Order: sequence, then structure tokens, then C-alpha cells
Amino acid sequence: MANIIEKILSKASNREQVFPGEIVEAKIDCAMINEITGHLTIKYFHELEAKEVWDKDRIVMVLDHTIPAGSVEAAELHKIMREFAREQKIKSFYDVGRGGISHQVMIEKGHVKPGDVVVGADSHTCTYGAVGAFSTGIGSTEMAAVFITGRLWFKVPKVIEIKVNGNFRKFVTPKDLFLKVAKILGVSGANYRGLEFKGSTIRDMSIAGRMTICNMAIEVGAKAGIVEADEKTLEYLKGRTSDQFFIAKSDKDAEYERSLDLYVDDLPPLVSCPDAVDNVKPVAEVEGIELDQVFIGSCTNGRMEDLRLVADILKGKKVSDRTRLIIIPASQDVFLDALKEGLIETFLLSGANVANPTCGACYGGHLGVLASGEVCLSTTNRNFIGRMGSTKSKVYLASPATAAVSAIKGFITDPTSFKGD
Amino acid sequence: MKLLGKVVKYGDDVNTDFIIPGKYLVLTDPRELAKHAMEGIDPSFIEKSKDAIIVAGKNFGCGSSREQAPISLKYSGTKAIVAKSFARIFYRNAINIGLPVLECEDLWDLVRDGDELMLDLKSGKITNLTSNVSTQAQPLPEFILELIEIGGLLNKLKKAKV
Repeated sequence: MANIIEKILSKASNREQVFPGEIVEAKIDCAMINEITGHLTIKYFHELEAKEVWDKDRIVMVLDHTIPAGSVEAAELHKIMREFAREQKIKSFYDVGRGGISHQVMIEKGHVKPGDVVVGADSHTCTYGAVGAFSTGIGSTEMAAVFITGRLWFKVPKVIEIKVNGNFRKFVTPKDLFLKVAKILGVSGANYRGLEFKGSTIRDMSIAGRMTICNMAIEVGAKAGIVEADEKTLEYLKGRTSDQFFIAKSDKDAEYERSLDLYVDDLPPLVSCPDAVDNVKPVAEVEGIELDQVFIGSCTNGRMEDLRLVADILKGKKVSDRTRLIIIPASQDVFLDALKEGLIETFLLSGANVANPTCGACYGGHLGVLASGEVCLSTTNRNFIGRMGSTKSKVYLASPATAAVSAIKGFITDPTSFKGD
Repeated sequence: MKLLGKVVKYGDDVNTDFIIPGKYLVLTDPRELAKHAMEGIDPSFIEKSKDAIIVAGKNFGCGSSREQAPISLKYSGTKAIVAKSFARIFYRNAINIGLPVLECEDLWDLVRDGDELMLDLKSGKITNLTSNVSTQAQPLPEFILELIEIGGLLNKLKKAKV
């Protein structure tokens, strides 16, 4: 009668069974830092006069927020990370040009397996639930403790079950599904809780799509999002990891705090309007809003599946003179695959600005920062005031299909009504 | 452990981009971070941050895992945050760096900007000294109180080693 998260946490804490609300100390299978949060972890590690990390093969370090360094300050953070990786002999260090956005790298390089407990010093660490792992974001100080002990306490969360059935219409995507969930639950509706996604739509969904919906679990306050591993997961993991793992599955009579039943057959493309992720409306309702910038990329929607969809729409078309389009693949591997498939050529011919993998634009760091008064439609995960630049700019969140069609038109456009002109 | 401070009031869903905008995450000096605390929502905050007790609505600290958010508040002179509820990563981060955080449903309606507050972290009792009204926050569990009193997880680990 246990759900998937309870099963993973009971195994990691060496307990027969655990219950919501209980505090357990779990063994960590993998811990990830990026340069923005990781430099603090490294500082605290040294302040504690620790000599060695608990397990150099279970730590992954990724430079991703400012790639390549755009300032002396950013370069200093890279340097701190580089020196620590060298000092501690951490092999899984992804320097500039080697990895990409950490959450994409963690999955595509096989650092996460089903049944794992993974922590990352970044809130979107919840992405790894896509392969059946329990993963969550933590702060820099706790990460220093994890680096030393390999353990961390967790309160076993209550879990909300999200059953999704039906088939998406053309140009409706997992991103639209999550925006629907955000509309129902609200930005704090799953605070301290886990989200388990299940149902035929999820079984049919690629790992990329599962990453998108688990990635955004934090946007409703959740501790973790998770999808039970299945044949698709095993197929995806082939060649990425040779380690053994266990597949946790919720029992038929598992207990949930709440269940949502969603059918996607009639789901329209959705958009999250300024300035909150749960301010969700059908794209058709806000059609016509003029855009200064369209951004496609990030740990939410910068994978091959996303870029293929975008290229299908952009092929032979031009980005409207009214706007600018910035496309950033989520990782070096995605970038290379997109290049080989000719997607990058399609983007460049359409007038898009293609840049190297980085979190830059999503958090208002670089490579796509907004000026005052500007409006952006973005495939990222947050539209807080000032998130992508000026506090006087506005961000709408939508799928890659909505973004691509809107870039061609120069204003927010429903992709399901797009006739190709 | 009792704290005295002046109310600075905010609403629901104060996110980490409001508390410390992303562009400042390259800064490593906490005092530099503190100069930009709450800049995303209230650029005048630093003029009133010394001995501030932030009183906020639901879901305070939602968004990113950046520990720079509670760090910037702590170094700005903010003594504590009392909110109707907190986002979980911010909540853990604040405790881990020794910044007191209390959950209280009623306080928001009982205070105005600038009111003087007294917090008793152990009992959870909060008194508005300006209006002479009291209310009760959820008392902190013993181990969290201990972490806050010692100044955070780092100090606890340092002490454990000695």
C-alpha cells in the first residue's frame, strides 16, 4: 500500500515502510551542483575543513548558468568549480563546451537511474523524476553536508496522483498539460508534496516530455515530480548507464492525498500569463499580443523533440520583422544532434539567433535579457516579474509549438489554428 | 530566544527572483548581495531592512533554490520572517543559514508597516508592541530551534567536529 516515493525513500533509509510526515535520513545516490549555487557549497566544504567528498563518483558538477563566462565574476565562479573538481578528482565535471544545462546533462549522460535519490543545488532538480528517480532541489549549505556525509534528511511527502489519459491534438504538448496542472493546483498547491504522473498519456509520452512535466513540478511548490519507469525508460537508459537499479512502482492500493483525472483529447494550447505560472489561459484567448522576443530552450523545453517540432513549423518560413527569436539547445549533445539533423540550418535560415547551451536567458542572466516594456513568449518555466530582465518586462510561458508559430506571426498565436502562412 | 524588530509587510508568493534577482547571483560577498535584497519587488527595502521582521502572506520564497535569497536578507539586517506559509526549499535554506522563519496565519492581518514586534521563537508567541495585540505562530521543533540558535547548519557541523 505504498506509493512510488514512499518506496524509494524507504529503501534509501533502510526502512521497511515510511509514512507521510515522517522524517527519514536517506542515502544519496547522486548530488549535483552548478556554479551559481556550487561555489557556496565549496566554500562551506572548506570552512568545515573537510578533506574529501564522501564519494567522488556520486558527485556531478556542471557549469551552466553563465556559459561561457560573461563577466569576471562569472569566470571566478567557474574557476572555483574547476579547481574543486580537480582537487577532489571528480570525473563528472562538465566544463564550458562539455555539457550544457545541468538537468539535461544529468539525464542524458546517465547520472540518474530509476529508484535513485538525487539532490541538486537547483530547484529544477525535480526533472529527474522523468526516469523514475526521487529528486529534489536543496540549498548550498545542505549540499556541503551531503558532500561530506552522503546523507540527508527528508520529510516523507504526501503525494498527489495525476492521472492523464487521451491523445494530444497536433501542436498540443506536455508543456500544455503541465500548464493545465498549474492552473488547477496553483503556485503553492503542491507545496511540500510529491506529484506522481500516470495514465495512458504519460505511458505514451517520450522521456523528453516526461522531463518537461517533472521539471515544472516545483512551479506548484512540489518537492518532486515522478513517473514510474517503464519500457520507454529502459530503452532510453540503454548505453547511458551500466549500473544496476531498482524500479519502484506504486502499489494498486497506494495512498494519495488527492487525485486529479485529466483528459487531454480536447486540451487546447495554453499560455501562462504574467506574472505567475498559474495565471493560465488558452492561447486563443490572448492571441494577438505583440512580442518583442520569443525564446525557445531551457531545461524545460530545449530537447530534440522540442527543436524538431519548432523546425517543422519554421521550415521555409521567416521570423516576423516585428520580433526576434532566440533558440538555445539544452545541451552540447542536443546541439550536435540538431546540427546533424539540419535543424540548426532551418533555424538560422528563418532568422533565429541560435546560441550555445546555457541557462542564461531563462533567469535574466545573459543571451536574451529583456529591456523595460518588452514582452517575451518563452518556453521556460517562470514568468515572475523581472525573471528574464527588466522588472518592467513581461513573460508569457508556452510550448515550443506556440513559440515557433508566434515567432512567425510576431504576436501570440494559437498553433492549432495556424495555416502555415 | 526573543527578537525585537520592525514590520516590513509583503503579500503572497514573494519569489526568490524578487528577493535577489538572478543577475546578482555572480556576487560572492554576502554584504554585496544584501545591498540588493528585495530589489525585485521593493528597491526601498534596504532603507528599512535593519532590524526588520518581514511579515508576508502565503508561499514566501517560492521559485529557485538559491541560498543567496535568505543570505541577502540575513545580511541586510532582517531579523526574522513570519509568513502564512513558506516554499520548502527557502524554508530549509533559511534555517540552515540561521535566519529565523515562523509560520503564522493571523499575524498578517494584525500588523502594519513599521509596527514593533516581539517574537519568542521558543513558544511561538508574537506580540505587536505598537498595538499591544498578541498571536501565536507554530512553535519550531526543537532541532530546528537549536539550528537557529547556533547560527545554522554550518556552525552545528563545526561544533560537532570539535
